[in-house]
Amino acid sequence: MAELINLTINGQAIQAEKGALLIEVARQNGIEIPAFCYYPGLTLQAACRMCLVEVEKTPKLQVGCTLPVADGMVVHTESDTVRQSRKGMIEFLLTNHPLDCPVCDKGGECELQDMTFRYGAGESRFTERKQHVDEQQWSPVVFFDAPRCILCYRCVRVCNEGIGVGALGVANRGVVSEIVPNRHDYLECDECGACIDICPVGALTSGSYRYQTRPWEMNHVGTICTHCGDGCRTTLGVRDDKIMRGNNRDSSGINGDFLCVKGRYAFDFVEHPERLQSPMWRNAQGEFEPISWSKAFATIAETFTSVKARGGKFGIIGSNHTTNEENYFLQKFARQGLGTKNIDHHRTGDLGTFFDALSGKNDALATAGDLYAAKAVLVVGADLAQQHPFLSYQARANFRHHNAHIYAVTSGPVREDNQAVASIRVAAGGELGGVESLRDKLKAEGDLVIVFGDAIQGDGVRKLVAFGDSLGIPVKYVCLVDYSNSRGAFDMGLIPRDGGMSVQQMLAAKDLDVLWVVGANPLKNATLGSSNAFVVVQDLFMTETAKHANLVLPAASAYEKNGTVTNVCGEVQKLKQAVKVMGTKTDLEIMGSIAKEMKLNLGIWLPDKVFAEIRKTVHGYDVPLPVVDTGGAAPTMPLNGRVPALPGAIQSAGDTLFTSGSMSRYSKILNAVIESPGGLYGGKGR
Amino acid sequence: MPKKLYNEPSPLETRILSKRFGLENSESLATYLANDGFKAFRKAREMKPEEIIEEVKTSALRGRGGAGFPTGLKWSFVPRSSPKPKYIVINADESEPGTCKDRLLMEYDPHQMIEGILIAGLAMDAHKGYIYIRGEYRYLIDHMDRALAEAYSQGYLGKNILGTGFDFDLYTHSGAGAYECGEETALLDSLEGKRGVPRMKPPFPAVAGAWASPTLLNNVETFSAIPAIIRDGGAAFAALGTPKNGGTRLLCVSGHVNKPGVYEVPLGYPMMKFINEIAGGIPGGKKLKAVIPGGSSCPILKADECDIPMDYDSLAKIGSMLGSGGMVVMDETTDMVKVALRIMRFYAHESCGWCIPCREGTTWLRKILQRFDDGGGRHDDIGLLGELSKNMLGRTFCALGDAAAMPTISIVEKFAEDFEKRLARDRQMVAV
Repeated sequence: MAELINLTINGQAIQAEKGALLIEVARQNGIEIPAFCYYPGLTLQAACRMCLVEVEKTPKLQVGCTLPVADGMVVHTESDTVRQSRKGMIEFLLTNHPLDCPVCDKGGECELQDMTFRYGAGESRFTERKQHVDEQQWSPVVFFDAPRCILCYRCVRVCNEGIGVGALGVANRGVVSEIVPNRHDYLECDECGACIDICPVGALTSGSYRYQTRPWEMNHVGTICTHCGDGCRTTLGVRDDKIMRGNNRDSSGINGDFLCVKGRYAFDFVEHPERLQSPMWRNAQGEFEPISWSKAFATIAETFTSVKARGGKFGIIGSNHTTNEENYFLQKFARQGLGTKNIDHHRTGDLGTFFDALSGKNDALATAGDLYAAKAVLVVGADLAQQHPFLSYQARANFRHHNAHIYAVTSGPVREDNQAVASIRVAAGGELGGVESLRDKLKAEGDLVIVFGDAIQGDGVRKLVAFGDSLGIPVKYVCLVDYSNSRGAFDMGLIPRDGGMSVQQMLAAKDLDVLWVVGANPLKNATLGSSNAFVVVQDLFMTETAKHANLVLPAASAYEKNGTVTNVCGEVQKLKQAVKVMGTKTDLEIMGSIAKEMKLNLGIWLPDKVFAEIRKTVHGYDVPLPVVDTGGAAPTMPLNGRVPALPGAIQSAGDTLFTSGSMSRYSKILNAVIESPGGLYGGKGR
Repeated sequence: MPKKLYNEPSPLETRILSKRFGLENSESLATYLANDGFKAFRKAREMKPEEIIEEVKTSALRGRGGAGFPTGLKWSFVPRSSPKPKYIVINADESEPGTCKDRLLMEYDPHQMIEGILIAGLAMDAHKGYIYIRGEYRYLIDHMDRALAEAYSQGYLGKNILGTGFDFDLYTHSGAGAYECGEETALLDSLEGKRGVPRMKPPFPAVAGAWASPTLLNNVETFSAIPAIIRDGGAAFAALGTPKNGGTRLLCVSGHVNKPGVYEVPLGYPMMKFINEIAGGIPGGKKLKAVIPGGSSCPILKADECDIPMDYDSLAKIGSMLGSGGMVVMDETTDMVKVALRIMRFYAHESCGWCIPCREGTTWLRKILQRFDDGGGRHDDIGLLGELSKNMLGRTFCALGDAAAMPTISIVEKFAEDFEKRLARDRQMVAV
């Protein structure tokens, strides 16, 4: 604990850690020192001069955002001089600001508006001609309106420090100083839009949101991003049952300020014209034909019941994207309702061996927070910036704020190289050898988080855990899995344990009677061995698998339902329904309805009720409800070993920052971004 | 290189730093060696580093770049024992309007500065130095490079200098045309290849300067004064000036004088005597109206304030500065509206744009002054000019904002009648 000192702010006696920044100390004690350029977690700029305060015994006003507090300091943040100074700064800022608030995207949630309201003058003395520059488009998702810019440099810093890309800089000088992209007139970057979120004014605007709505016309729904497995909270702005934008300006989730391009923009698949909106069956001519839900349920129930009665073979493939409740209900349906063990999902990381290897260990699962707090992070066989952008961000922030030691053992260059104390390149498959070569360095660390991808599986996982054990320091692990509920799918039991068939076995089997696919696309790169199987598919779109179906049911996406998902680190978080797409039902409702039609008693199919059952029956999921209910992330306990070896393949889909399985193909924004110029991710640039 | 001097020396000068100006081939190492060259370095290498610093402290030498910080004290801040490399950076980004002395020191006597730098190197345990020369002094970069090559070829730079075992490498580095890069931390950013904007202080360059290493940064003239101080002793140098204002300095006088030029006088030299006798007085027998004492950043002086000795403290007492020694003399015909505009055009053009008050303030002031000068002035403008300047003063990130605000405040306050006269004229024209 740092030394405590006493100071006075506005006559209030305050105790604070020596050397803490005055602006933070004041805020912690309920005193606002306004600032534009100061942003917690980013480097200090002292550029906006809004935080100038009076400190007794110093002749000039002092900069609150860079001033470390000292014993006996007497500060005034609301004296006449300070107020006059702020008023002057706002007046300066507004001289070249276009004051186009009535049409500006930021109007209503603009820091410059708020500051002017609170601290500015009611009238302007500026009667000269304003500096003007035309608006520019830097990428499909980033627009820049220079006159609105107040040059707080937040965007430059968040891109450089936070995201680790450094796509923005400052050009020119004086009043014509301007934020510029790294490729002169276009951006070559992650397209994450962090610069837009962090912009206090309407200078940086979002390609998909700009000029669409006023912020106060929206409802804001905090839910969990449905793309990768990191479990970032995205706050969806919804107007008239349409998602207008996604952001995380309130820093409410585990992801703090972070969101990647998918979390921020890739919600538009929801309203894609190709969304399925009615159940369909294959008619006598072999063409799809819309039918009613009741007819669909009746047909499925009839087939399932008869196949079950004659002891036929079911194959059930669950999803990486559906909720824990749906996954739990599906496996219960399979095991109890249909009496089959043939249930699996696309497994993207070897969680089974991982949990087995951790048998008997407490506290061995790292949370996303641990990546930010650990003294050292070792990344093995994964390109975090591409596949787990938030985990990458956490490690980077840990490096920036705590000087954490980052190690990377990968087959190609990764962004972590920029922070790493040691980057080891190995041939694919040689990762464990690379890890071994770091033994002495890692032994000297205080504690370690090991993050590993699908390059490590089977025995490799056991060896890696044994390696961690032998270091003699506290070690935690993250086994990387691809999708928003990959972890939950495994935990809920969408696995072929006790002799069930794997995905590959189901597809290969010649004698499968029913293939029931819930939110997955196994036939994308495979064929179905059984020609007589009755195929039921629940999905958002007419995927390759759906095209093979006898019956297709239109499902709701994660943004259209409630429930919980478990992220890559094993943290359970709540989804919140943002919109409703006409004609769809949630997978839970679909499964519940089929069960009802079959007169099976599988319990009530409401998310809360199913979750209550999960908490009682699924090992490690007895998580505190208040945490989950209030939008927090509750870490699950690790399974206590004894996970049998499972048949079937484990392979990451190898998604990039701009893809996430079948949903991303229906996101216009993601496709636009992939096609935009830029060589950073393999494109040719222009 | 010009053998001819830009201006005739005055017999009233005290020529210490400029004593070789005008000698045949004064820029050559041979001329330098024949005229006391490298005596100080030979002496310094027998001295302990603390002794060198002590001698500089005794000399009461103050930074000649503008701020006038005691040089010896600055030297003592550099942690000699730091395990990091230590750098010497020479600020030759001479950009203050009215100032042209560093240019002459490098042009006529580059080896004097090199010797001063080497002595600083001995005192700091530094082995690398960078001469940051303003981009507009393009010819001087070549000139300095020739001088460096000459020093290298004769063993005055490089490895094992003069057999002492002391190594020192010195490089030139071109600025890119930004006034802001004369500010020491912006200079360091620019030197490191970044955009030239000032850094946050602390840490000061002495602790974390170039490449985050301890760095000694001084002006060309400051380094050029070092050989004389070490050679003849700090006390002798100090005795030339007034208490706490040691030695001589080069003053650059321009404007309405008969003999504009660069002259070396002891600190504390009477200003009126300097204008009337050394600079040859005001042409055409006109009356003095105002003086900018040390570069455009300094608050302007009215004629009746000019009867003072020129040293840092005396000028500070009347609310101005000795600055970088760029004196601009203005006679009674001068229109102060135009002066204020010319000054503000410079600052608006040169503001680096980093902080709000300077970036927006200088441009706003320029626009008001331009409009005023164009005949569109309003009475409110006079007060507004002062108020806006005060909103900048002391609130900007670096001293550039102050440098823009101070002359404006002083002009508006001291010469309000010039502005009123303009308004009256404008009204008359409208009436006609």
